[in-house]
Amino acid sequence: MAVISYIDAVTMAIREEMERDSKVFVLGEDVGRKGGVFKATQGLYEQFGEQRVIDTPLAESAIAGVGIGAALYGMRPIAEMQFADFIMPAVNQIISEAARIRYRSNNDWNCPIVIRAPYGGGVHGALYHSQSVEAVFANQPGLKIVMPSTPYDVKGLLKAAIRDDDPVLFFEHKRAYRLIKGEVPNDDYVLPIGKADVKRKGEDITVITYGLCVHFALQAAEKLAADGISAHILDLRTVYPLDKEAIIEAAAKTGKVLLITEDNKEGSIMSEVSAIIAEHCLFELDAPIQRLAGPDIPAMPYAPTMEKFFMVNPEKVEQAMRELAEF
Amino acid sequence: MAENRHSALGLNDEQILEMYKTMLLARRIDERMWLLNRSGKIPFVISCQGQEAAQVGASFALNREQDYVLPYYRDVGVVLTFGMTAKDLMLSAFAKSEDPSSGGRQMPGHFGQKKNRIVTGSSPVTTQVPHAVGIALAGKMEGKDLVTFVTFGEGSSNQGDFHEGANFAGVHKLPVIFMCENNKYAISVPIEKQLSCERVSDRAIGYGMPGVTVDGNDPLEVYKAVKEAADRGRRGEGPTLIETVSYRLTPHSSDDDDRSYRAPDEVAEAKTKDPIITFGAYLKEAGIMDDKLEKEINDEVMNIVNEATEYAENAPYAPPEYAMKHVYAEQ
Amino acid sequence: MSIQQITMPQLGESVTEGTISKWLVKPGDKVNKYDPLAEVMTDKVNAEIPSSFTGIIKELIAEEGDTLEVGEIICSIEAEESGAELSDRDPEQISQEKKTPTNEKSEDQNQSNKTRYSPAVLKLSQEHGIDLKQVNGTGAGGRITRKDLLSIIESGDIPKEHAANERVVREQKETVKNEGIGAEKPRPTAPQVSVVAGDIEIPVTGIRKAIAGNMLRSKQEIPHAWTMVEVDVTELVEYRNSLKEEFKTKEGFNLTFFAFFVKAVAQALKEFPQLNSIWAGDKIIQKKDINLSIAVATEEALFVPVIKMADEKTIKGIAREISELAAKTRNGTLRSEDMQGGTFTVNNTGAFGSVQSMGIINYPQAAILQVESIVKRPVVMNNGMIAVRDMVNLCLSLDHRILDGLVCGRFLQRLKEILESTSKENTSIY
Repeated sequence: MAVISYIDAVTMAIREEMERDSKVFVLGEDVGRKGGVFKATQGLYEQFGEQRVIDTPLAESAIAGVGIGAALYGMRPIAEMQFADFIMPAVNQIISEAARIRYRSNNDWNCPIVIRAPYGGGVHGALYHSQSVEAVFANQPGLKIVMPSTPYDVKGLLKAAIRDDDPVLFFEHKRAYRLIKGEVPNDDYVLPIGKADVKRKGEDITVITYGLCVHFALQAAEKLAADGISAHILDLRTVYPLDKEAIIEAAAKTGKVLLITEDNKEGSIMSEVSAIIAEHCLFELDAPIQRLAGPDIPAMPYAPTMEKFFMVNPEKVEQAMRELAEF
Repeated sequence: MAENRHSALGLNDEQILEMYKTMLLARRIDERMWLLNRSGKIPFVISCQGQEAAQVGASFALNREQDYVLPYYRDVGVVLTFGMTAKDLMLSAFAKSEDPSSGGRQMPGHFGQKKNRIVTGSSPVTTQVPHAVGIALAGKMEGKDLVTFVTFGEGSSNQGDFHEGANFAGVHKLPVIFMCENNKYAISVPIEKQLSCERVSDRAIGYGMPGVTVDGNDPLEVYKAVKEAADRGRRGEGPTLIETVSYRLTPHSSDDDDRSYRAPDEVAEAKTKDPIITFGAYLKEAGIMDDKLEKEINDEVMNIVNEATEYAENAPYAPPEYAMKHVYAEQ
Repeated sequence: MSIQQITMPQLGESVTEGTISKWLVKPGDKVNKYDPLAEVMTDKVNAEIPSSFTGIIKELIAEEGDTLEVGEIICSIEAEESGAELSDRDPEQISQEKKTPTNEKSEDQNQSNKTRYSPAVLKLSQEHGIDLKQVNGTGAGGRITRKDLLSIIESGDIPKEHAANERVVREQKETVKNEGIGAEKPRPTAPQVSVVAGDIEIPVTGIRKAIAGNMLRSKQEIPHAWTMVEVDVTELVEYRNSLKEEFKTKEGFNLTFFAFFVKAVAQALKEFPQLNSIWAGDKIIQKKDINLSIAVATEEALFVPVIKMADEKTIKGIAREISELAAKTRNGTLRSEDMQGGTFTVNNTGAFGSVQSMGIINYPQAAILQVESIVKRPVVMNNGMIAVRDMVNLCLSLDHRILDGLVCGRFLQRLKEILESTSKENTSIY
């Protein structure tokens, strides 16, 4: 099995799906000849041609809306938003249209589109190249939001998203693109959307998180293990709709729960996870539910001091885990 | 006998009688819905009145076996031409389970019917424009001969989605027909407060496509413009913007009172150009329809409307728990 | 023909009322379906209300200028047909009618949440010293709610722990008479245990259930304390072994070590009656009679028959009774009176080879003594020499509410003395 980077897993999944199904195509800004600003679609233009790897005009609502139209026809478009921060002009298309097409047509029409976007901070991207935007979309029934943490999950989940009959937002952590490497089989495999994954088993505290923070938690868990603290780590993988069963099981397992997101705290995915635990685990809890998240300021600033202040990092995670273990 | 304009367009007498009948059916359905609303039986109506000629004329110019239509909320004439029935529309007005557009989930005017390639729509205006472009793109990728036909009001021609979609279609030379049904009002705001250019069709040049403005009260003129646009599209020459000028004969919706923003005289004046009357007159002048046939057609249409009303009124609602269905594909 | 009513329609999404500005018909007029009846003015629109029926206008109920709420009747019509009756009704109303009334809430006997205490309930109970076992929960499944506790606190009648025991003892007095150790008490909810293939599920019924209930009550209610002494019974062993064969032949039953211990316990209890007590909530009852419960195990269960007036019996007499009770237990002829009235329990755990154990007190007695296995051990003697001796551990569990360490220590010390001085010279078995 080859060890490849997170971004190469993205490219691999798209290439395999385009080879498998002629209805799959890519559209977005700079995705063609340039191969994407992060190079996520590198080589696809050469392999599949400009008809299937389409450089679009710079207009996000059209990228989403045209993709939705093609999906209505029966194609399998993969639309790229260059940065998650720039998805906002397309929100009407994603929420009013893609999310509601099946429901509003009483199952007559459906919209199998994937919208990919790099998100997340720690790359000196400042206010408009660092954001987490999942919470904007995470109360829209009809949408699925996938946020993988490892190259293995990226490939399996992106292929599943492309084959899914409903719209999927696929958010890739841009800091993870080249930082995170892992084993990825060359075989064709898919992973289930809507299922969380236990990334580490433990007995003392439960950490529930997703994306890059999964790696922070795993690193911290190693350090804590040396001190005899055993951490159970659940990677949500799909942040909407949530895998409630897995969340309840993981929370009940240790009774001490730390929820981590690098998004702003209030109204985040973790607010919902917290509510699920509160609803179901009152008699299992051994400590108040803890959340570690970005502060409630618009987004992370450019200056390294303030960026570091905003970002969740392994040290902050370790400290939060330790405090919970000691409770 | 007046000039026979329809033969020149390749339309026979039967076809234009069919056009007239469809326009009349659209009108009568719409009128019935107002009565049902005023008797408290249906919560909402939004009208096609005054725009039937543009809608039916355009739809007759398309290939009803393969083209896709993306109507906006007034397009009763479009969806009737593409295969929806009076019964379908009444079921939607009563929000009954059998409503083909949404099973009673959406307000009336939110058409959709996959088997007839009537693409599902929503309430935020103009979102359907990029969809029309996407379907045309898909058709092109798949090597199909289809064109997509998308309509919207003149107010909607200000939305980003119109401009983004038109530009995309222009750049990629996609077979899309953008038809703006200019009825002079966006609810209460008149056209001069909506556009600074003279015509909506003036906007076409910015997107590298032809733009034409035609009389929306004349189904034959609209037919001609749309036919040419469809042919262009099928030849791979790209999209066309067509503006049909007509007048909204009713308030914006059953919730609106138009007397607060426009003079009764203006509406009365517009009614003299009512396409049902003017096209009826053309048929008579062309010797295709006489008073007797006109009454027969009207009676037939009224029967259809009565039957549809009766059926829809007595049809069942969806059970409450049906609200939970079809958020995602069933596993 | 039927009389139909026309109501004020809702004209507009947020409209709640309409004003009749002008009637267009009068009583006696013939109207067709959809003919206009009246002009109505609302906040959003002015409109004509059409008739929903073909027929004769019967009565104009509202007058011109009247403002009516949506749904109020404005006029009635003698209709030719009554086709649209059903669908005129509010769909919500229809679906509500369809619902069968489910309010007939059957007496909720489910007590599964009785011991699920929320953090709020635990906090209040600790702050106010409320004994939750005595509180009846009004929540689902018998759960005690925060509100239950708040009303108890407000009433000032707070159930404290000792009050609970008073009540339990009263119950105990009755049940213990009938069933001895097998009295059944409410049990807490079962834990969720998954059963996998190969596991055997044994239903908890009958005696097992009674034992479980009694053990649980004892363990939950009695603050157990535990102590142990080591006794040198070399002389006793020699003495008993010297008699063993002859006794068996002569008497027909075994002279067991256990009989010596029971006798010694009875004697020590006589001198320390505090241990021969029963907890009775607000008082402790020191029993006059020394009735020793002895634990007898069968394959399935544990029985505790009673040797009555043990202090008045000889070692032989006790040995006989033990032998008889054991036989009765094994062949199932033990009667309930054989198990009643115990004041102290002696448990022959040594029979299983145990050298140390912590007995659970036979509720509501004050203590239980475990007689462990006699084992040969090297012991440093008073003269500093090491000798091989027959040693036995005696383990005492005591109810710390009734007894303190001092008296128990003295009791055990006395017992040790009696046993260590048991010998051919000092002791008669008759």
